[in-house]
Amino acid sequence: MSDAVTALRGRSFTGMVTVEDAGPVGMVTVRADLADETVRAALAAAGSDLPEAGGLTWSDDGGTLWMSPDEALILCAADEAAQKASALARALDGSHALVADVSQARIVIRLTGRDALVREVLAKLSPADLRASAFPVGRVRRTRLGQVAAAFWFPAEGEAMLICFRSVADYAFALLSNAAAPGSDVGHF
Amino acid sequence: MLLITCPYCEETLPEAEFAYAGQAHVIRPENPSGQSDEQWEEFLFIRENPKGPHFERWRHLHGCGRFFNAVRDTVSDKFLTTYRAGAPRPDLASLGGDAK
Ligand SMILES: [Zn+2]
Repeated sequence: MSDAVTALRGRSFTGMVTVEDAGPVGMVTVRADLADETVRAALAAAGSDLPEAGGLTWSDDGGTLWMSPDEALILCAADEAAQKASALARALDGSHALVADVSQARIVIRLTGRDALVREVLAKLSPADLRASAFPVGRVRRTRLGQVAAAFWFPAEGEAMLICFRSVADYAFALLSNAAAPGSDVGHF
Repeated sequence: MLLITCPYCEETLPEAEFAYAGQAHVIRPENPSGQSDEQWEEFLFIRENPKGPHFERWRHLHGCGRFFNAVRDTVSDKFLTTYRAGAPRPDLASLGGDAK
């Protein structure tokens, strides 16, 4: 089998924070009424506990992001996505739900550095409220980054993960790198 | 920054994450084939243009993606309320709006 690569092919940039390709990530989308107890129980039994609205569950091998009242995005190892998708589809059989492996549709970018600066880079590009009090670790925010749709969260202090469509990977990477240019900090946070 | 409450996400978020989608409560005719040209013109093109509260559709584009309805004052740009698609028109008096 050919080697999996992302649209960014491992690029990274270091300015006031480091912006880097997070590599291939498995992504499985689930569309269903996330408030429905049957749906929640079926997903939990398949190993994906659903977070509360606006939240995420996160561990080193993946997580589940709340994307909207009827959409969750499950992250896992790239080579496990197909299997994960079929397991979830089986678990939701009979429910009004849709499960799809969308790993190739999006890319993941990681930002690391001083927490205040990581937040500042995102705040330059997004209308989201990025104060640590308004957007703590454990929350996910679906919003926009410049001209494109993006979602991001903080797995830990000083680290942000961002997903956007693969087709705009270059744009998002250039945008973030520019916002992280050395000496461009404004000391907002 | 103008903030809008998405009635589905139940969060108050920046306007940049939303898109305007025209006048709300425009009812599609039950029997389209029975409509006259004038009725079609009315349905497709004729819109209100109030100075004051306006019932309009918005879409939470950079979020859940859903369409919902809003009452926005066209003079102050203030959102008096937002509510789910399919819900009845809210009473303007109860919103502190002043129908003109
Ligand atoms: Zn919404």
